[in-house]
Amino acid sequence: MTDAYIWTIIIVLGIGTYLIRLSFLGLIGGRDLPEWVLRHLRYTAVAVLPGLVAPLVLWPDATGGEVDPARLAAALVTFGVGMATRNAILAILAGGATLYALLWMLAGY
Amino acid sequence: MTRATPKSWYWAGFRAGVPFLLVVVPFAILFGVLAAELGLTPVQTIAFSSVVFAGASQFAALQLMAENAPILIVIATALAVNLRMAMYSASLAVWIGKAPFWTRALAAYVNVDQSYAVSINLYEDRPELTLSERVAFFFGAVSPVCPMWVAATGLGLWIGDAIPEWMALDFAVPICFLAIIAPMLRSLAHVVAALTSIMLALALSGLPYNLGLLVAALVAMAVGAQVEVLMARRAKP
Repeated sequence: MTDAYIWTIIIVLGIGTYLIRLSFLGLIGGRDLPEWVLRHLRYTAVAVLPGLVAPLVLWPDATGGEVDPARLAAALVTFGVGMATRNAILAILAGGATLYALLWMLAGY
Repeated sequence: MTRATPKSWYWAGFRAGVPFLLVVVPFAILFGVLAAELGLTPVQTIAFSSVVFAGASQFAALQLMAENAPILIVIATALAVNLRMAMYSASLAVWIGKAPFWTRALAAYVNVDQSYAVSINLYEDRPELTLSERVAFFFGAVSPVCPMWVAATGLGLWIGDAIPEWMALDFAVPICFLAIIAPMLRSLAHVVAALTSIMLALALSGLPYNLGLLVAALVAMAVGAQVEVLMARRAKP
């Protein structure tokens, strides 16, 4: 990973993100987006993040890409608690507790 | 009853923004730790958090950088994570679009999920607020979060080496993302979009240049929008 690679990503991503944020606020008076655009934008976060996480959960680098019961269980608990409580902090705490408990128990074998 | 001043609305926003530090600070520390682990210098890491200033996309970029993905793919995928902010921008413009350009330009830079959400909630509850009161509340709500995002990134850089192996930090990112995603699944359309994203990302993980995630995200977005249309059509008598 070269310095040029890192800096290019930081600067271009920074400018791009800013332009996205400025987009409609930058227009004079603020105009409404067409409904079909809004409809797609509503799903961007749930379209990108689950796909990013799925391989990390199923094939973690830490175990050389092998499915790991502790990590898989921690992911399911995090997700379940997040769905049930709608509380991100509670979900992280529950997932973390599951991960450490299982890693500790499985380390015995 | 005396009329509240913009100054008091700034502090009202500030108080509304403080609880978000519970999410923002650990997340920023983690970013600092992981960036340092990946070999970014302290200057690069702090620049990353202050220039990009968008947590989820920073983690997405970092993950792809760790996989040595090409620059274009890293940027395109991380920007896709941030596309939702165009929607925030559009709905904020309805309420503060008449403010001076430099005010809007600054508001755009500091706009993050949480401050957007509390501000829009207030604007909708209290449509009688003046423009300057709305602007004051918005900047109040981002005030605790902004400096702490950058400061906590620095803290992460500093404590990074002290974190022991058994803490399995590799799994902190998936857990954080899952905790963020789960509460977002508000409707069938959101759930179907998320499932599409997962299945396609796994199925296409062999594609070169980490293109799989980008393709999965674009398809999942279209699927979510389409399900929403179908559900709305079905709900009509």
